[in-house]
Amino acid sequence: MPAYARRVGIVLWKDLLVERRSKESLNALLFFGLLLLFLFQFSLGPDRARLESALPGLLWLGFVLAGLLGLGRSFLAERENDCSEGLLLTPGDKSAIYLGKLAANICVMGVVEIVILALFGLFFDVDLARGLPGLAVILPLGTVGLAAVGTLFAAVTAQVRARELLFPVLLLPIQVPVLLATVSATQVALAGQPLADAGPWLQLLAGADIVYLVIGLLTFEFVLEG
Amino acid sequence: MIAAVGLRKSFGATVVLEDVSLEVPAGQCLALLGPNGAGKTTLLRVLGTLARPSAGRLIIDGVDALRDPDAVRARIGMVAHGSYVYEDLTALENLRFWAVMAGLDARPDRLRERLQAVELDALVGERARTFSAGMKRRLALARVTLGQPRVLLLDEPFSGLDRQGQKWLGEFLLAFKARGGAIVLATHGFATALAVADRAVILAGGRIVLDRPAAGLGRDELHRLYDDLVETGETVPR
Repeated sequence: MPAYARRVGIVLWKDLLVERRSKESLNALLFFGLLLLFLFQFSLGPDRARLESALPGLLWLGFVLAGLLGLGRSFLAERENDCSEGLLLTPGDKSAIYLGKLAANICVMGVVEIVILALFGLFFDVDLARGLPGLAVILPLGTVGLAAVGTLFAAVTAQVRARELLFPVLLLPIQVPVLLATVSATQVALAGQPLADAGPWLQLLAGADIVYLVIGLLTFEFVLEG
Repeated sequence: MIAAVGLRKSFGATVVLEDVSLEVPAGQCLALLGPNGAGKTTLLRVLGTLARPSAGRLIIDGVDALRDPDAVRARIGMVAHGSYVYEDLTALENLRFWAVMAGLDARPDRLRERLQAVELDALVGERARTFSAGMKRRLALARVTLGQPRVLLLDEPFSGLDRQGQKWLGEFLLAFKARGGAIVLATHGFATALAVADRAVILAGGRIVLDRPAAGLGRDELHRLYDDLVETGETVPR
């Protein structure tokens, strides 16, 4: 296996192992997701028509808020014992570290999204089955878009004192295209319409993913060098 | 092996290093002494390419460190204040991670051998969270010895080590020198500095105030010079 791929793999392995053992992000995210669903349930009440129009937005609000919490923590382990300094000292292309961390964030967010989605169906009595094929495309695309910028900005803000404030302030405005596209495409999918009806939104989403990924790969080394 | 000329480092208006020039040939060790805040750690960070100097030139193992820091990083081993240890990984997993990141052989038997060398083999499967500061320092030293660095940059490497660990480290550094490696060692321990180093450099206020061969210096004389120079800020000509 090429050295670059091995380095991506070892960062992914390390981050997932640390997360599995500490369960810091996963526990917080699942609890947070559950809390949001309770709040949405109480605030929307039993009005079915209102619920259906708000569902896609609520679903992605849950994903984004949980994502903010999880992504913001993804570089905290590197601060302990100055590990980020050690990463900087490793020779070779630093974008491998970015890709490994991005892959780990996507895995953790994916688990949380699947759990939130299942609970969502349960809480709001939504038939997810007809929307699942569409969601199987929209969710990964939206998650990559969120995580690509989130991972980069988590690195930018890791050494900043007011990172909890700065991270969402930086991240959310840039996520507008991703959020618009995911919510609109999810609306189409949950309504049981063919995914082709959401074609332009999916194109926007895929385009945003590619742009964010390329920016992350090209700029991560400068971010790490500080 | 290490040639620094006129290094200067400032953070805004605060000058941390001023006109620092030093040379460490292959097979030699330079001990960096000085009070807290003298600039020892900053100088090590500059030498280790972790901080870019505001002015000056730095050549390490024939490579211009300011032009090609990545090539320099492949040649140095650094033990800084932080141990670069992930608390939720075991000793073996930590070594595996850093070995792969550096593109080195990460076979378990080789990693175990490294842990054995720093006497951590009994704790191979223990998470680093349970380690003492001294054990983390040993793990950091095991990490440094994974590759074959030409230059070692060590910030207080003896601190936190027990007597056995200090003995092992002293022997390791002498062996490293004998193989032609160069070492820069920041320390507050005069005895260890004189035991391992070939040159003693005293930094005060970001400037080198003394640069002498360690062989001609006794511990008492070094103490006296240190006290005088740090107090007065005067410089002894080389």
